[in-house]
Amino acid sequence: MDIGKIDQIIEKHDSEASLLIQILLDIQSTNNWLPKEALTRVSEKLAVPMSRIQHITTFYKTFSLTPKGRHEIHVCVGTACHVRGAQDILATVEAVTGVKPGETDPDLQFSVETVSCLGCCALGPVMVVDGEYHGNVVQAETAEVLEKLKLAETAETLEKLKQSETAEVVNLCACQ
Amino acid sequence: MSEISLQVDGKQVTVEEGMTILQAARSVGVAIPTLCDHEKLAPYGACRLCTVEADAHGRTNLIAACQHPVEKDLVIRTRTEQLDRIRKVLLEQMLAHAPDSEQIVALAQIYGADPNRFEKDANFCILCGLCVRYCAEIKQKHAVGFFDRGAKREINFIPEIAVRECWDCKECFPLCPTSALQAAYVLTEALMSPPEPVAKGCGGCGG
Repeated sequence: MDIGKIDQIIEKHDSEASLLIQILLDIQSTNNWLPKEALTRVSEKLAVPMSRIQHITTFYKTFSLTPKGRHEIHVCVGTACHVRGAQDILATVEAVTGVKPGETDPDLQFSVETVSCLGCCALGPVMVVDGEYHGNVVQAETAEVLEKLKLAETAETLEKLKQSETAEVVNLCACQ
Repeated sequence: MSEISLQVDGKQVTVEEGMTILQAARSVGVAIPTLCDHEKLAPYGACRLCTVEADAHGRTNLIAACQHPVEKDLVIRTRTEQLDRIRKVLLEQMLAHAPDSEQIVALAQIYGADPNRFEKDANFCILCGLCVRYCAEIKQKHAVGFFDRGAKREINFIPEIAVRECWDCKECFPLCPTSALQAAYVLTEALMSPPEPVAKGCGGCGG
């Protein structure tokens, strides 16, 4: 993560040590996870000991010290969702994305987490994809939502590849 | 500062306001067992072995003597059947983590704690926080800290700080009621000893 961006977030909070958690949350939401450089920078700028930052970041489940995928999938496995077949939904998510709960794929495309309740048991089984709630999901629908995401990802990658190729061509022209 | 008088195990005690019940009890020679208390450190209330019965305002409460400030006309009992039972269970839980700790074994004999009551999970740390607090409050190096939470909570050294500060200090080692701290340090040292930290993750792309 860019140091300048981290400094910007710290300055937004007036380098106030008491806002440590808010700063960490902001970095987490910008970057999806908390790299070590970011923590070191925060520790230096706020004059907060590293042990305290480690204590906090390992205490709260919101914070991730390992890279997270671009798409976060949460599957509720609370009691209500469990009896309505959350395990099947989880199995489908695993089959489509190839990612087990608590893990992220090497391409940083998907992160899958199980949660214990989302507070909307009437919608069970519930799956949340990038903050969007999918209630009363069945296996087919789950697969469909995820396949769409995958397609969109592939299209984006292709687009990027194309752009970089064009850029290369331009470069070639420029040096000739 | 005004003085406050209270009763500890039937003895009348007069101490200064702001002192803890543990300090008041010690001043008249009443011993309360504790593992996480240290005279130079702020009260922490981690081990709960200093739990005592306190009568105040017409009711009886169980309180941690190391943290609770003295109050006027408090009546403290440091050894009752209920307290013995509480301490016995606490010690049995600690013995599951640190079965060979001399301090804990000695206390276990006094309170009749069974070392085999709970399944052994020998990570040796009872999370008293003495090392963490000593490093933060006295040395102000913050080389060792708590990680994670709940059942997974543990102490760990921050390698970058430990490699600079700990070798010449090690003042926290004798504080540890078990041998966990030293083990954690040895582990950190071992991790830091190769000149280049071993890269985790993908060997192929070097990421």
